Amino acid sequence: MPNLKDLKNRIASVKSTRKITKAMQMVSAAKLRRAQDAAEASRPYAERFNAVLGALSASVGGSDTAPRLLAGTGKDDVQLLVVMTSEKGLCGGFNTNIVRLARLRIAELKAQGKTVKIITVGKKGREQLKRDYSDLFVEHFDLSDVKKLGYVHAQNIAKGLLARFDSLEFDVATIFYSKFQNVVTQVPTAQQIIPAAYEASEDTGGALYDYEPSEEAILADLLPRGVATQIFAALLENAASEQGARMSAMDNATRNAGDMIDQLTIQYNRSRQAVITNELIEIISGAEAL
Amino acid sequence: MAANVQFDLVSPERKLTSVLVEQVQIPGADGDLTAMAGHEPTILSLRPGLLTATGAGVEEQYVVTGGFAELSADTISVLAELALPRGEMSQEVVTDLLKQATKAHEEAHPDEHHMTQKFLADLVHIAEDLGFHTNL
Repeated sequence: MPNLKDLKNRIASVKSTRKITKAMQMVSAAKLRRAQDAAEASRPYAERFNAVLGALSASVGGSDTAPRLLAGTGKDDVQLLVVMTSEKGLCGGFNTNIVRLARLRIAELKAQGKTVKIITVGKKGREQLKRDYSDLFVEHFDLSDVKKLGYVHAQNIAKGLLARFDSLEFDVATIFYSKFQNVVTQVPTAQQIIPAAYEASEDTGGALYDYEPSEEAILADLLPRGVATQIFAALLENAASEQGARMSAMDNATRNAGDMIDQLTIQYNRSRQAVITNELIEIISGAEAL
Repeated sequence: MAANVQFDLVSPERKLTSVLVEQVQIPGADGDLTAMAGHEPTILSLRPGLLTATGAGVEEQYVVTGGFAELSADTISVLAELALPRGEMSQEVVTDLLKQATKAHEEAHPDEHHMTQKFLADLVHIAEDLGFHTNL
């Protein structure tokens, strides 16, 4: 049985752990708010953008002259997976869930005899995938010194992706990230971004647009931006999900620490009582022996 | 007086403005264009330039670097890659943009040189118009 001093130290140590997890929870709550605001602010752009691209690709998409970004290379032999995870840990199953989805996809694609290439964004996912798939890695984007996610970061990733697509390094690109639903639920998602799949929305009401310069020129100009826009949206979702996951993980940790402190305190009090009783027995039996 | 038209300017990171205006002067890829209410539905791509929205007694100016605009009879939506109110432009931003554009031009595929060259030239032009120096 641990002695009283050990128990006391143990309680003090768990208490300070609880303080830390509590503080982390509050920090991620604040960060989550900011991440959600950023995601909210980017929505009008993404919505209008997708609507216009939807209308455009509906009218040009079927033709033979459709850009490769929209029509694809006509093959799906080489698959590029972009796995987006966080740079920091202590966020519950957030990274593991994304990586698990990616692993499933990799196994599936390999079983079909496809070539798989992996680009990782964020350190944590890279670490988890390194053990089994380090030979598939082609590039890594490090966002660890990024304070505030900006469109430039998405553009940077998109640029790398497009350069590879232009030099025919892959046929299909899929991004893996976590969609933010609420603080306790984040849904790992796989989304194909190249070739792009835009749905023509109904609300354009069949309005026929004039295009300046030409329909094809605008589409060729917009599609690469579309890749960046989708990556940006995914990065923002991921950031919000990460903070949400961390918040609930830290909430759990704080609660567990509290339970542990209660248990240890009971144990401590019992031991203390036992020591006192023991001492009394010794004194009384000593007195009786006289 | 001209009828009012809803004008929205959004960039990927934020919504810059959403107001009723009379006309908007847009730097289109093929030349400037002034859009007013009742415009034919049009989609045009932008070049780096100054976008001016004029409404009842107000005039707002924004620097945009690229993207596209969607015009219809009663709305004008501009989706700019990067948009800044004119007042937020600074020498720092200009230098940054020019550096990026120069780098992009140097790295660009020879087939795309005319595009990056034009982008750079437009950028220099707008920067000089606003009174910033453009030698890096």
